[in-house]
Amino acid sequence: MADIRVMRDEMLPPPSAERRHLLSIADLSRDDVERLLATARSFARSLEREMKKLPTLRGRTVVNVFYESSTRTSSSFELAAKRLSADTMSIKASGSAVDKGESLKDTALTLGAYDPDVIVIRHPQIGAAHFVAGVTNARVVNAGDGKHQHPTQALLDLYTLHEEFGRLDGLHVAIVGDVLHSRVARSLLQALALVDARATLVGPPPLLPRGIEAMGCETSTDIASIGAADVVYVLRMQRERMQEGSNYVPSLREYTARWGVTPERLRPGQKVMHPGPMNRGVEIDPRVADAADALIETQVRAGLVTRMAVLYDLLTTGPVGVKVAELHEVA
Amino acid sequence: MLFTKQAPGENLVIRGARVLDPIDRVDAILDVRVDSGTIAELGSRLHTNAHRVVDADGLLLAPAFVDPHVHLRTPGREDEETIASGTQAAAAGGYCAILAMPNTDPAVDSSAVLGSLIEAAQTEAEIPVGFLAAITKGQQGAELTEMAELAAAGAAGFSDDGRPVVAAGMMRRALQYGAVTQRPLALHCEELTLSRDGQMHEGAVSAELGFAGYPSVAESLMVERDLALAAYEQRPVHVLHVSARESVEAVRAAQAAGVGATAEVTPHHLCLTDDAVRSLDSNLKMNPPLRSGDDRSALIAGLREGTIQAVATDHAPHARHEKEVPFEAAPFGVTGLETAFSALYTYLVEPGHISLETLLERMSSGPARVYGLPGPRIAVGEAANLVLLDLSASHRVEAGGFRSRSANSWLLGERVTGKVRMTVAAGRVVYDT
Repeated sequence: MADIRVMRDEMLPPPSAERRHLLSIADLSRDDVERLLATARSFARSLEREMKKLPTLRGRTVVNVFYESSTRTSSSFELAAKRLSADTMSIKASGSAVDKGESLKDTALTLGAYDPDVIVIRHPQIGAAHFVAGVTNARVVNAGDGKHQHPTQALLDLYTLHEEFGRLDGLHVAIVGDVLHSRVARSLLQALALVDARATLVGPPPLLPRGIEAMGCETSTDIASIGAADVVYVLRMQRERMQEGSNYVPSLREYTARWGVTPERLRPGQKVMHPGPMNRGVEIDPRVADAADALIETQVRAGLVTRMAVLYDLLTTGPVGVKVAELHEVA
Repeated sequence: MLFTKQAPGENLVIRGARVLDPIDRVDAILDVRVDSGTIAELGSRLHTNAHRVVDADGLLLAPAFVDPHVHLRTPGREDEETIASGTQAAAAGGYCAILAMPNTDPAVDSSAVLGSLIEAAQTEAEIPVGFLAAITKGQQGAELTEMAELAAAGAAGFSDDGRPVVAAGMMRRALQYGAVTQRPLALHCEELTLSRDGQMHEGAVSAELGFAGYPSVAESLMVERDLALAAYEQRPVHVLHVSARESVEAVRAAQAAGVGATAEVTPHHLCLTDDAVRSLDSNLKMNPPLRSGDDRSALIAGLREGTIQAVATDHAPHARHEKEVPFEAAPFGVTGLETAFSALYTYLVEPGHISLETLLERMSSGPARVYGLPGPRIAVGEAANLVLLDLSASHRVEAGGFRSRSANSWLLGERVTGKVRMTVAAGRVVYDT
């Protein structure tokens, strides 16, 4: 099994020769995904023990830089690093030099001067994580860059799906809501394509980006089309989308009436996911959010072990593309 | 209309080059003698007298280039470019004349600002430079500039480049009143309510990367509006930096209907597509944005057949710290003066998309004609405006290799073929390697 090696105190990871990043799901192969999920599952088992801390990343430094507010992503990265015994440091944009107009380059250089092993960054601008990867020597994990990518969210969603269904191939996921502004949707679409799952995007036409079908999904503007899916993945509907000048939908009321995910629109037993934070009563009916078929808490738990796996993987495993089978042999 | 520092013309004999002038239909190995800056003789084994002799064996001598669309950033952003640095960069790119856009700070919207630029050009411009003036005061779209006075003061044309003339009524007034100037109106066509906060071309790549899209219809709709107004007022217009297939088609249809419409296209739109933006390199961010492969094909075809008369670099220098940010935070614009020929030779001529003759024409007499400037020619009695090219040399584009004050080139690190060896502008050797 893959879990033995990571629990032995004396088997600290060998230094990884190649500096790797997790910037986009587009950079991963299916083997990478399988390996990361396998590692996450082994961490999940280790967390069932009374002593939850592993010595694996002792002496490593993980810096979390969050330019946008975040509860679950920042807390789970911090806890993931701590569970693996890494030293962590968390920096929020407010209250830091960013408030004084410091450029991203200078912030990255400043943090890079501490020689962190990993920089986890969330930033409101597309390409921010790529940019930091280019100006520091750290491995960089993209914890969300604008509307572009949120790769660890997609990985934890795959983990959740696998936990629930025992497979990923052939699963059908309907992603409902504001796809246009959603980094979660973009990462998840790529991840689903990677594991041969099927995706259908459902939402108001202005919120389904033109050309998105090229990512290997179907689109529909009819909420009834969620009925065919194994899982309904509900995206957050942000209030600013109704503001003057954008008018993606006429009102939240109309959005909820047409595209809100309600018990009536779900098949019995149909699973529901949401990346959080939820707007109960807007994109998701509270009865759906609280139902047994909602996998939302599973997603949060999956977030911790998936992010542990990502940190572990970046700091230990060989080049991207290493077969899962090889990892098993080592273990 | 063009201004440069005063200097005596030179005496030269350029020996043994393949002389290629698409206008005078010359294509032969010839010597070219220049007396006091004027082409005096073409032939073989010319006497050198006491002239400087340039051995051009194996090189190509062509009419030097004319760039109808450059941002010299003066006044206001002299840290990014000046008249001196911009014209030196142009000389290194093989240009003998350039036109500067008026979207400076302050904008070139009065004869006082224009006069100060002309005065500066007369002492520091390495090659002749012309200045366009704004169509509306402060390029705000509300009031016409004093176009007649600006034209009399030496404006080469009028443009609110960087912004469209938003109101159709104002555009119509500019066409009507602009007739008294006999100067072209050069139009930045962008329907702002469609381009909005768009960062790149709207399509499969923007959908995947998450960027707000700047759809091609945001350009072509405004091109169609302005061409309709031009047709109604029976006035010529020049469409700046076309990027979309529909825009090319609109220009072609207008020309067929007898409208005096001209158009230009940039090297980057001819060489790249939106696919390049996947690198998230801020030097691939420009307005209009890189478009689809289909759009690119239409631009190349338009240039080849002559619907598009001119290659224009839209040379837009930006300070390094302004481009060293995530793509979304970066300003629009890339430099191009020093790389235009190499880029187009490498991306269009070598693969056979257009002929060398066509490229040379669209970079020289094509743009000159748009603005009513004399087209550079290699003929006896003409002022020497010559570019000597080495078509077999290849080089890597490096940030340290520019004469421009800015290095925000989309070609950084790329290897290109075709190198400018020497430029003669208005009878003076302005660049020589």
